[in-house]
Amino acid sequence: MPRTVRDVVFVDGVRTPFGKAGPKGIYHETRADDLVVKAIRELLRRNPGLDPKKVDEVAIAATTQIGDQGLTLGRTAGILAGLPQSVPGYSIDRMCAGALTAVTTTAGSIAFGAYDAVIAGGVEHMGRHPMGEGVDPNPRFVSEKLVDESALFMGMTAENLHDRYPTITKRRADEYAVRSQEKAAKAYANGKIQQDLVPISVRRTAAVDSGSAAGSAGETGWGLVTADEPMRPGTTLENLSGLKTPFRVHGRVTAGNAAGLNDGATASIIASEDFARENDLPVKMRLVSYAFAGVEPEVMGYGPIPATEKALAKAGLSIEDINLFEINEAFAVQVLAFLEHYGIADDDARVNQYGGAIAFGHPLASSGVRLMTQLARQFEEQPHVRYGLTTMCVGFGMGATVIWENPHFDGGNK
Amino acid sequence: MSTTAELLKGAAELFPDEVVTSAHVRHLDLPYGAGRFALITLDNGFDHTKPTTFGPASLANLNTAIDQVEQEAAAGEIVGVGVTGKPFIFAVGADLKGVELLKEHEHALAIGKGGHEVFKRLAALAVPTFAYYNGAAMGGGVEVGLHCSYRTVSKALPAFSLPEVFLGLVPGWGGCTLLPNLIGADKAVTVIVENSLNQNKQLGGQQVFELGIADAIFEGADFLEQSLIWTANVLKGDVEVERPVIDRGEAWDQAVARGRFIADGKVHGAAPAAYRALDIIAAAKNGDLQQGYDAEDVALADLIMGGELRAGIYAFNLVQKRGKRPAGAPDKNLARPVTKVGVVGAGLMASQLALLFLRRLEVPVVLTDIDQERVDKGVGYVHAEIDKLLGKGRINQDKANRLKALVTGVLDKAEGFADADFVIEAVFEEIGVKQQVFAEVEAVAPAHAILATNTSSLSVTEMASKLKNPERVVGFHFFNPVAILPLLEIVRGEATDDASLATAFAVAKKLKKTAVLVKDAPAFVVNRILTRFMGEIQNVIDEGTPVDVAEKAVEPLGLPMSPLVLLELVGPAIGLHVSETLNGAFPDRFKVSPNLKAVVEAGKRGFYVYSAENGFKPELDPEVAALLKQGDVVLTEEQVRARVLDAVAQEIRLMLDEGVVAEAQDIDLCLITGAGWPFHLGGITPYLDREGVSERVNGKKFLEPGVASVPA
Repeated sequence: MPRTVRDVVFVDGVRTPFGKAGPKGIYHETRADDLVVKAIRELLRRNPGLDPKKVDEVAIAATTQIGDQGLTLGRTAGILAGLPQSVPGYSIDRMCAGALTAVTTTAGSIAFGAYDAVIAGGVEHMGRHPMGEGVDPNPRFVSEKLVDESALFMGMTAENLHDRYPTITKRRADEYAVRSQEKAAKAYANGKIQQDLVPISVRRTAAVDSGSAAGSAGETGWGLVTADEPMRPGTTLENLSGLKTPFRVHGRVTAGNAAGLNDGATASIIASEDFARENDLPVKMRLVSYAFAGVEPEVMGYGPIPATEKALAKAGLSIEDINLFEINEAFAVQVLAFLEHYGIADDDARVNQYGGAIAFGHPLASSGVRLMTQLARQFEEQPHVRYGLTTMCVGFGMGATVIWENPHFDGGNK
Repeated sequence: MSTTAELLKGAAELFPDEVVTSAHVRHLDLPYGAGRFALITLDNGFDHTKPTTFGPASLANLNTAIDQVEQEAAAGEIVGVGVTGKPFIFAVGADLKGVELLKEHEHALAIGKGGHEVFKRLAALAVPTFAYYNGAAMGGGVEVGLHCSYRTVSKALPAFSLPEVFLGLVPGWGGCTLLPNLIGADKAVTVIVENSLNQNKQLGGQQVFELGIADAIFEGADFLEQSLIWTANVLKGDVEVERPVIDRGEAWDQAVARGRFIADGKVHGAAPAAYRALDIIAAAKNGDLQQGYDAEDVALADLIMGGELRAGIYAFNLVQKRGKRPAGAPDKNLARPVTKVGVVGAGLMASQLALLFLRRLEVPVVLTDIDQERVDKGVGYVHAEIDKLLGKGRINQDKANRLKALVTGVLDKAEGFADADFVIEAVFEEIGVKQQVFAEVEAVAPAHAILATNTSSLSVTEMASKLKNPERVVGFHFFNPVAILPLLEIVRGEATDDASLATAFAVAKKLKKTAVLVKDAPAFVVNRILTRFMGEIQNVIDEGTPVDVAEKAVEPLGLPMSPLVLLELVGPAIGLHVSETLNGAFPDRFKVSPNLKAVVEAGKRGFYVYSAENGFKPELDPEVAALLKQGDVVLTEEQVRARVLDAVAQEIRLMLDEGVVAEAQDIDLCLITGAGWPFHLGGITPYLDREGVSERVNGKKFLEPGVASVPA
């Protein structure tokens, strides 16, 4: 039987507003599965052209797959979202790159011809499932020195990355973080973010005894979340300079130049281009290539560099061909290492135009689709750009990169 | 402090044990920049197993919440106010425990007024108000929403009703007035009267929307989100809510007349609630809300101080609470597992029992009988009933296959019952036959197997007396139609042990029956009372009172059917048989009517004939009339009624003294669930108490004041 590889496109993506993990967070009393279910439902409402019966797969990522993130979330979330029982689903884990991997794995199957259209996304409720919950690392990691002891502590790996790039100082990281907050605030003011957010109803049964003037955080009863909770618009270098460096004495990584601990979910529709066109679905991005790469776990933030190298090579492109970058900001140093490697300026206008995870938050396995949703919006606005990429670092020493083509590309005539 | 707050504070002092509902006010930004919004969540702090209710302190909390949003609305700080509930529950209305405590008309009036005063403030706010019926909504819960400008409902909402008339009240916090003005009198009559009197039928979310009670409906998965998005669209003018124009002409009066017809058919004028509700609905035609609210206050207070409501609440609690935790049942941990059931006999009753065990227990069920033809017929009946369920979509093909595979019929009891844990007999009502059957079963069934009898009047102790293991025999007396009447009288014989009894109760629970523990006494509870009741009717007919006078005499009780229609349903032959049994036990109180005997001997199925020309109303069968040999003592309806009620009161007292059941409550529970006697009578003892019959006959009441009556 002859096979033809098919073009795969990103049809649409949405996400819940991201929350801060912990008892004061907006989602403290909200289940993780409900978050991703509501994202899937919004996605289906926004795309009435997609007959739910024609969804071939629901791939949902979560890092901690227990409790309300367990039970083969892709399957259960599909049923809870009201998809027909004939639609299958499964769960995916590649830590921070979970949703990204949900997209690439199903995209590969679409290209192969196994699926026409899928839902791919991720969720992480780090309040209900703190990082490292229930892990049981094999003692050989330490006894045989397979990895450095810092490999399991992401903040320590970020400090290690600062060591590898001595020119990336704490000040540069803080400056980057301030810009991320500024860009995010601006994107909000221009309505760039809200258009892809799903409002989430949230309940609070007990008032939180909070010293902070966190606005309505103390009110009990049902509320509605329509914006990201972690944002700190107006952050200055001075605010950041005094923050503690919890991962190393006299270190460089702080809560201000890293993403926080967050709750949130994302979902996207990925389809073959033919299917999308036949069903009048939007075509927001066309998949060019993707790649994953492993690095020493103790400098996991280095991962995006070799992953991008591989993805570029597979696409036959060079870094100069890429004119929009959505880089997950797990740590400012990890973005800066990438930029330094490719000789791109810290404040290059092509990078994270709407700000990044330092401002919005990073609910681990959900973030990949957030990057894609934002890149898709930027493609729409900037038809002179042909190629963009989404990339992220992954715990235990990996990187993940997807290269996308802009279907609105006008040939470069501004 | 407002007068409303004072009113509620006074009421709260009368009800110190209220489970208090909080009214949380939380602010949020509506989508699409529609503005700042205040959302009130009604929440009693418990999970969905303890639904949110309104007592006086709860109403005071809502009042305080409204104080806050009223100020914010007036100051232009919010664009709207919403009301919703905790997960799965919106609010299920007034706290009945508080209502039971009320002793004074003025306090009852205050409850009505208190609710009105608080709820009315929602309608009077300077901004639009929205109710989001997220889950179960009943009574006052429904009414809170009716006072709002707009309503949405969840498709997943399982239960929505105005059950007041069912209990003996009227929807008195705006329901009788607002609902007909919202959806028209005819639909309001359906919700307030028809559904209530139809065993408190509940509406689902879709029906709430289709009736026009809610303006929009959304799926359960993101109901609140979609409701708030809809709210934003309504406030921005992007969604316009259209409601049909209400017909305030002839149709309104016809609707009320229809309601009266329904009420007459169900309670025959014997309970006032439906009629009071209909009076208010009738008056609501002019659209004057305040006039309606005032009428609701008065109706509520009158009904709260009346015996029917107290009996209704008592009956409701019997069914909901006592019916689920049978008095005197042994420790349920003693129960043995039942993994296979045997049924002796394959006649209609036995086949119905086989079907019930099969559906509820989903274990193998074996029927036996004396010849293959009967066995085949019994299994065939069960298969046909399974196919009917399949045809109606109540079960799917897999379940039908499973159930059919579980039911078998054999001639050889040894083959059928060798591994049965529970064997029930439904053979001919004759002690020798039953003893023989149990002896045969005992010879082949395991030593632990329960031997249950569906006898309606024979002695369980005597039936067990010739067995090696009489401790495992229990009476398991169902009521016809088995699938519909909930009652199961579980009879403890003299030798019955706790483990067997516990197993019987465990099986009853799985069968979803209301089990009542009964001593091994002639005809147990329901048949003994009904036989005494009908016997007295028969006596006065035999003595000379015309049949129609005797029948009409008990109409004011509002029973589901007249005594002779009931006799027809039971079958005159069975009625005669039970009366003979009871005559044998208590010859001074139970007579065997020669006229009934003649009717049975003539092969008559009843006293009445029905014809299309006469609208299928019962008419005395001329052939029966010719058989009747009556005396010359003609009583009035009042005299007949007194005779009958006196007899019933005497019999119940004697039964309690004999220890047939633990308490009068069990008698009432049996009559409600086994004979369909109405809530407004509270079964029967609350009625006998309030009509003075108990004291006249027995020198004392059955129940303490306050149990099913206004407390002293």
